[in-house]
Amino acid sequence: MDVLNALVALANFVLIPAVAYGSQLALGALGVTLVYGILRFSNFAHGDTMAWGTMCTILATWGLQAAGITLGPLPTALLALPAGILGAALLVLATDRMVYRFYRAQKAKPVILVIVSMGVMFIYNGLTRFVIGPDDQNFADGERFVINARDFREMTGLAEGLALRSTQVLTVVTAVLVVALLFWFLTHTRTGKSMRAYADNEDLALLSGINPERVVLVTWIIVAALATVAGVLYGLDKSFKPFTYFQLLLPVFAAAIVGGLGSPLGAIAGGFVIAFSEVGLTYAWKKVATYLLPESLAPEGLLQLMGTDYKFAVSFVILVIVLLFRPTGLFRGKSV
Amino acid sequence: MRTLALFALVAALILGTGLLQSWNSALLILNMGLVSAVMALGVNLQWGLAGLFNVGVMGFVALGGLAVVLTSTAPVPEAWAAGGPRLLAALGCGVAVIAGAVLVWRRLPKRLRGWGVAALLVAGFFVYRALFDPAATAVEAVNPAATGYLGGLGLPVLLAWPVGGLLAAAVAWAIGKTALGLRSDYLAIATLGIAEIIIAVLKNEDWLARGVKNVTGLPRPVPYEIDLQQDPGFVARAADLGIDPTTASTLTVKLGYGLLFAAVLVLLLVLAQLALNSPWGRMMRAIRDNETAARAMGKDVTARHLQIFILGSALCGIAGAMMTTLDGQLTPGTYQPLRYTFLIWVMVIVGGSGNNFGAVLGGFLIWFLWVQVEPIGQALMAVLTAGMADGSWLKAHLLDSVQHMRLLTMGVILLLVLRFAPRGLLPER
Repeated sequence: MDVLNALVALANFVLIPAVAYGSQLALGALGVTLVYGILRFSNFAHGDTMAWGTMCTILATWGLQAAGITLGPLPTALLALPAGILGAALLVLATDRMVYRFYRAQKAKPVILVIVSMGVMFIYNGLTRFVIGPDDQNFADGERFVINARDFREMTGLAEGLALRSTQVLTVVTAVLVVALLFWFLTHTRTGKSMRAYADNEDLALLSGINPERVVLVTWIIVAALATVAGVLYGLDKSFKPFTYFQLLLPVFAAAIVGGLGSPLGAIAGGFVIAFSEVGLTYAWKKVATYLLPESLAPEGLLQLMGTDYKFAVSFVILVIVLLFRPTGLFRGKSV
Repeated sequence: MRTLALFALVAALILGTGLLQSWNSALLILNMGLVSAVMALGVNLQWGLAGLFNVGVMGFVALGGLAVVLTSTAPVPEAWAAGGPRLLAALGCGVAVIAGAVLVWRRLPKRLRGWGVAALLVAGFFVYRALFDPAATAVEAVNPAATGYLGGLGLPVLLAWPVGGLLAAAVAWAIGKTALGLRSDYLAIATLGIAEIIIAVLKNEDWLARGVKNVTGLPRPVPYEIDLQQDPGFVARAADLGIDPTTASTLTVKLGYGLLFAAVLVLLLVLAQLALNSPWGRMMRAIRDNETAARAMGKDVTARHLQIFILGSALCGIAGAMMTTLDGQLTPGTYQPLRYTFLIWVMVIVGGSGNNFGAVLGGFLIWFLWVQVEPIGQALMAVLTAGMADGSWLKAHLLDSVQHMRLLTMGVILLLVLRFAPRGLLPER
């Protein structure tokens, strides 16, 4: 029984949150990795693209709620998602037209593009705060729990409760769908194949008649969609605050680099590696240990390896370790 | 010529602030401009001279701030008695474990070393926590409302500025050792992470500098306003100049800071210029422009990169210490990457990377804009919304959002400069 209780506690506090967080990071890292693979620079504005897309979704959600349209048990934000994606796509396409295209034509060095993306980051950040303000926004509605802790206890008779929030289930389901769709697109459609060819070898792709501007256009639309979905899922799961999204840049980049920049599979793996280490190292293991160990050995402290405020340190340390020992990431990304 | 004209423009802008708004705010802009210029000089050393992409400026600035607390505040004897030595022993143990791990990695045969290092680190971590936790708790329990930290050394606050540089340099050495071999954008992410970690440490390690409870009332290198106002000689002189004593005292204090900062900036600028034009500076630029060729000429690229990374970070540390001294308090909660990292980058890029005068100019100019965009934006919005009905939702929202114009403006300025004057206002010669 104690083992079961320990397992339930583990699932409740570590596994489920980490899987949800990992899916969000994976979606974010996919966007970073696509930009890196096809446009060949690290996009510092990605966190703020997520914030912008989420903001558009929130505004649409409020509009729908005001009109009395909801999705019943599901969050209304799902219905508003296309609007958010459209908003993000318009913004990044406008940015590409006005900013990035100039440097692409010049064949500027990647590091110049990184600095340019820093400027874009400032602008997105300002725009988002300009429209919605710097404060926390909670836009989750619908059913809160799939299973709540009390029902679970009554159902199973265990001492430990398991709460499964609907946003967590939703996150994982959406992430799986989006990733499946993306991989299908990349491997089975003509545009997807041309994108991969372009990422692989630009000159060869140009010689075989692939239109680079079209590839870039499609890439930006996909990146906007991924960023918006990742941002909305994160916002539903936690809450929306522009500054938090800016800070997400670090774990998202860590995930993309750990997996290997330019490798979509790596981005997903990296997202989960980062999420599980973050949650695992900052969780107080006392509860699980109390169930598993005999009473004489019961721990006194919280058994927390690191304070939750050091979660950045976790993603960072993993990043450094991977880079030192396997510089191209777990899945052999490429390097410029 | 161009340099002179642009610096004259900045001087005119600051004087204009003095004439149109108040001398107080003009001096505030000047002082923070001086501090920003030192930071920009540090980043310019790394980016302009060596092409290192460091986006962890905020971390080094915060370390400078920490140095002020560690150097100048009075020590807390009760806290030292409660757990000081134990705490130092724990920290020493942590350093020893890391050094041991590096040693094990070098000495053990290839098959064993992974496991050896992992075992040592895991064991070391638990030993460290066992030593550290009770000591930190004991220190933090000593009168937490007023102290709850070990305090500093009680030395003169001016000494904290070089100490801030040293502290930042030491941390930069550790970071550079691990991260400098990485590619430029990996280094960027790594430094971004380091900066966040440093801030997290400052916020959470209460025994060090009280964390988010802030250390206030730091000693000052200049007299207090209140003492000046009570000094009859000073009041008489102020009356001679026709200024009321309160204003006169605040101006004097700010001017004092300004002179100190200007002395530091001039000294550092002269040193940076000498470095730039020395054989060493030429070697650095050669490495920046073509690493492979420089390596073929027998230059140790990694060692030179480490050197300049440490030097640039030290400058940021000094600037951070100056800023904390100016504020008179250390508030870890106020360090934000947009303000302390990316804004400094805007300064360097706009001023002209590779040109020390450009960095200094950028520091003043961008700081001036950063401060003044808000009132200008407010005025602009007032004009824009003048036609709207009072109390309308949109009008209130627009007027509220003016404070976010800053970020927008900085982004636009950065992009415009990168597009139309990619080498900055004062290009590298």
